[in-house]
Amino acid sequence: MAVLTIRDLQLGFRKGRQTAQVLHGISLHVNAGEKVALVGESGSGKSVTAQLALGRLQQQRGTLASGAIEVVGHDLIAAPEKMAPERGHRVTMIFQDPTSALNPVFRIGDIFSEVLRSGGRKVTDAQARDRALKALAEVHIPDPARALDSYPFQLSGGMNQRVMIAMALANEPELLLADEPGTALDVTVQAQTLRLMDDLVTQKGTAVLFISHNLSVVREFADRVYVIYRGKIVEHGRTDQLFADPRHPYTRALLSAAPRLVGGGLPDLPDHSDAFRDPLIVHPGCGEPHEVTA
Amino acid sequence: MTPVLRLLLQRLAISVLVLVGVSILIFFIARIVPGDPARIALGPNASQAQVDALREARHLNDPIVVQYGWFLRDLLHGDLGTSLYTKRPVTQDIATYFPATLELVLYAGAMMILLGLPLGRLAARFQRRWPDHMARLISVIAVCTPAFVWGVVLQLTFAYIWPIFPLEGRLSNGIDAPPLITGFYTIDALLNGQVATFFDALYHMILPATALALSGIGQTARLTRSSMIETYRKPFIDMSRAYGFREDRISRRFAFWPSLIPTLTIVGLDFAAMLANAFLVERVFVWPGLSRYGVEVILRKDLDAIVGVVLVIAAMFLVTNLIVDLIVSIINPRIRLAERKAKA
Repeated sequence: MAVLTIRDLQLGFRKGRQTAQVLHGISLHVNAGEKVALVGESGSGKSVTAQLALGRLQQQRGTLASGAIEVVGHDLIAAPEKMAPERGHRVTMIFQDPTSALNPVFRIGDIFSEVLRSGGRKVTDAQARDRALKALAEVHIPDPARALDSYPFQLSGGMNQRVMIAMALANEPELLLADEPGTALDVTVQAQTLRLMDDLVTQKGTAVLFISHNLSVVREFADRVYVIYRGKIVEHGRTDQLFADPRHPYTRALLSAAPRLVGGGLPDLPDHSDAFRDPLIVHPGCGEPHEVTA
Repeated sequence: MTPVLRLLLQRLAISVLVLVGVSILIFFIARIVPGDPARIALGPNASQAQVDALREARHLNDPIVVQYGWFLRDLLHGDLGTSLYTKRPVTQDIATYFPATLELVLYAGAMMILLGLPLGRLAARFQRRWPDHMARLISVIAVCTPAFVWGVVLQLTFAYIWPIFPLEGRLSNGIDAPPLITGFYTIDALLNGQVATFFDALYHMILPATALALSGIGQTARLTRSSMIETYRKPFIDMSRAYGFREDRISRRFAFWPSLIPTLTIVGLDFAAMLANAFLVERVFVWPGLSRYGVEVILRKDLDAIVGVVLVIAAMFLVTNLIVDLIVSIINPRIRLAERKAKA
C-alpha cells in the first residue's frame, strides 16, 4: 500500500507570460512504513515535491501542476484542499533549521498544543500537555515539563530538533516528509537526531520521504533512493544496489563529490554534462507500481 | 527587584535627564527668538516705564543663565511661573487644559489601535486580494489627509448635513461639567454616576477623536500590514501551515504577535505626537485643550507658559515610550527573559 504516489508529475511556475518548468514528469512512490530518499543538488526540485505532497503549492496562484499525486488516499491534483485536515496528522514535516521553524514568541507548549489541535481536533489543555510531555519524553528530552515552558531560543538547536521530531510524530502520521532535516545543525547533533528519528519511525512504522543532498546520510537511513537531476528522476534503486553499482553518470558524479577523509582532494566536477541527461535507470526489483505489469 | 521594576527605574532616571535637557533647550530658544515679551503682553499703548517694570519683575534683564537659575528654583517649588497671557499660574493653566487634550488623545489612541491593527492584519492576511486593496486605499486616504481637513469634513457630514453629533465643545449647553476628579469628563461623569453627562461628553468626543485618529489609524494599518507580511515569510509560519494550523489562527496569533513588536514602538510615537498635533483639531472643534493653549502662548511669546507646555508634552512622550517599552517587553520573551537573566 503506497501512502504517497506521484506519477508523471509536471510542475511549472507562471509569472506573467513566462513559465518556468521545474519538474519534468517525475514518478515516485513511498509504501507504508518505508523510508525513501529523494537526492539531488539544490534547485533540482526536491523541496517543491514535498510542498506538493502537502497540497500547499498547487493552491497558490501561478502554479501549474499536472500528472497525479496521491497522498494518503487523496488526489492532490484534483482536490488539494482535501489535505487541509490531514496536515500535521496523517502527513507531517520536519524542516532544515528547527530553531527558525519554531515561533519565537510562543512557548514550546503553546506550539505543541496547536499541533495537537490542528485541523480543528478537540483536545483539552490537560490532554494536550499530557500528550506533549509523553512525546517529548520519547525523543529523550531530559526535562520535558521545562522544555514545554521554554521558548525556542532558550533551547539548543539539537533540543529544538528533538522537539520538532516529537511534534512531527505526536499525531501518529502515516507519512513524514523530512526536508533536509537538521542541515542547519552541526554534524554530530544532526547525526544524533537523525538516528533518533530513524529509531522512532521504524518503531512506529511511519513512512518517510527523506529529502537530502547528503549521500552518506541517505545511505544510513533509506531503504530506497531516487536521484533527481533538474526536475527528472535519473536513477532509482534500493540503497544497497545504488551505492554498490551507481549506473547513471549523474549519480556517479554525485557520489564522487562526497569529500573523502583521506586524500583525493576536491573532485573536479562539471556543472553540467550531456551525460547527465541520460535516460532514467531503474535497478532490478524497483519500479513504479503502475509500471509493474509484466 | 523584579525585572519590570528595574526597567521602570532605569527609564525614569533617563527621563529626568531628558526633561532637564529639554527644559534648557526650550528655555534658551524661547528667549533667543526676537520680540519683547513684556511689550507684547502690555500692548502698544503701555508706557516704557511699565514695560521696564514688568521686565524687572520677570528678571528679563538678567543674563539668560541667571534666568534659568530662577526658573529652576521656582520649579523645585512646583512653580512654573505665571502666564503673561492668562495672568494665571502656568501650572493652573496646564491643569485646566491638559486633561481635555489628554482625554481626546486617549480616545483617538484607542481608535488607532482598535481599528488600525485589525485593518492591517486583514490586509496582510488577504494580501493582494480585495480586502487588502480596500484596506490600503483607506489607509492611504487617511494618512494623506491632514487632521484638520478631516475635522471640517466630519463636521460638515455628521454635524451639519446629518446632525448626528454635536458640532463643537466638550459638553452641550445646559449640562454642567462633572465634579473634577481626573479632568476627563467621561470618566468623572461615570465616577459620579451621571450617566446623561457621560453620554453627552462621549458624543462630543467622537468627531474630534476620529478626526485626530484617522491618519494614525492609516499609519498603524500600514505598519501592521508590512510587518505581518514580513512575518508571513518566516520559516515558523511555513511550519504552522505545514502542520495544518488554521489560517485564521495564524493571522490572529502566530503571525500577529511577532509582528506587533516593531509596530508598537512607532504606534507609541504616533500616539505621543498626537498631543502636540491636536492643535488644529482643537481649533476646529473649539476644544479647550493644551495644544490650542500652547499655540496661543507661543504666538504671544509668553515665556513661562511656553516652557511649561513643552515640558508637559515632552513628559508625555517619555511616559508613552515607557509604557510601550513595558508592553513590548511583555510580548517579547527575549527582552523579558534577558532582564531576568541579567538579574540572576
